[in-house]
Amino acid sequence: MAHEGIAAAAPADAGWQSIVSDWSADKATFRVPWGKAMMWIFLLSDTFIFTCFLTGYMNVRMSSPVPWPNPSEVFALTLFGHSIPLILIGIMTFVLITSSGTMALAVNYGYRRNRARAASLMLMTAGFGAVFVGMQAFEWTKLIMEGVRPWTNPMGAEQFGAAFFMITGFHGLHVSAGVIYLSIVAFRIINGFYERRGGNYEIVEIAGLYWHFVDLVWVFIFAFFYLW
Amino acid sequence: MAHAEGQQHPLSIYFWIWGLLFLLSAFSYGTDFLPDGYVRMALILTFMLLKAGFIVGIFMHMAWERVALISAIIGPPALLLVLIGLMAIEGDYTILTRIASFSEPPAPVGLDHH
Repeated sequence: MAHEGIAAAAPADAGWQSIVSDWSADKATFRVPWGKAMMWIFLLSDTFIFTCFLTGYMNVRMSSPVPWPNPSEVFALTLFGHSIPLILIGIMTFVLITSSGTMALAVNYGYRRNRARAASLMLMTAGFGAVFVGMQAFEWTKLIMEGVRPWTNPMGAEQFGAAFFMITGFHGLHVSAGVIYLSIVAFRIINGFYERRGGNYEIVEIAGLYWHFVDLVWVFIFAFFYLW
Repeated sequence: MAHAEGQQHPLSIYFWIWGLLFLLSAFSYGTDFLPDGYVRMALILTFMLLKAGFIVGIFMHMAWERVALISAIIGPPALLLVLIGLMAIEGDYTILTRIASFSEPPAPVGLDHH
């Protein structure tokens, strides 16, 4: 590898050397479409927001002398006469994972310019998202009827309600925005909007990045808020 | 890897990862039935990180991006570990202060010594 000498290869194209060549070559640093780079940077900022929420939740949970409500019991549902712990949250997790899979397939069919499949997979993804938000609305209703408020609840530490409504509410808002975003892109695929612009379907991958991120955030919420 | 054409990979890889994410989610849910303790915590974190890794790496195509983009996106969130560490220390301090200052005196026996 080293015997050929440094000059043999043009700008080093792998590993840490490629960082230097990409940032210093007086050209666009990220060799991806600008929309994709911007989506990644937006997701980076969103990562900070959700981390601040989860870190704040960690802090209030650690610092409360009152026992934290047991999420396994709080989110249990009675189905067919049996109380199943955390079952609704489990189903919501599977719904979101399923939607991530259909989204990944939509990206693939988008690049193949298979418009019908890409659009219908995106609409399926949006549909799963809508189901997820519906189940979350059910969960919120159930907890509110049980007396959970941002400032108090009958099960334990008062901070539980504030953390719950803040974190799941912000995530649900992201899912809702994603459902609208995916639907708009899907309808534009169907009506030929992107065909008139040179048949470029990067937008499906960019919208997909947002959707996978929403699923990613749920992975962390599920682990730290519901399971911990 | 074919950046002009965007990220194109065989469909099979998505189906494999999809199945794996289902399996890992089932394991995650399963941890709820384990007794509390460090084993459960470790399993929750392991399944969480594996799921996050597969979503970012394969579904979000990060595994095929160039290091310049990967480091610009993954690097800054790594700094958040400092915030998490600081807030953990702070939370510990707050609970100790609350117990020391606001809890009921254990029993009246000690009072007459002062």
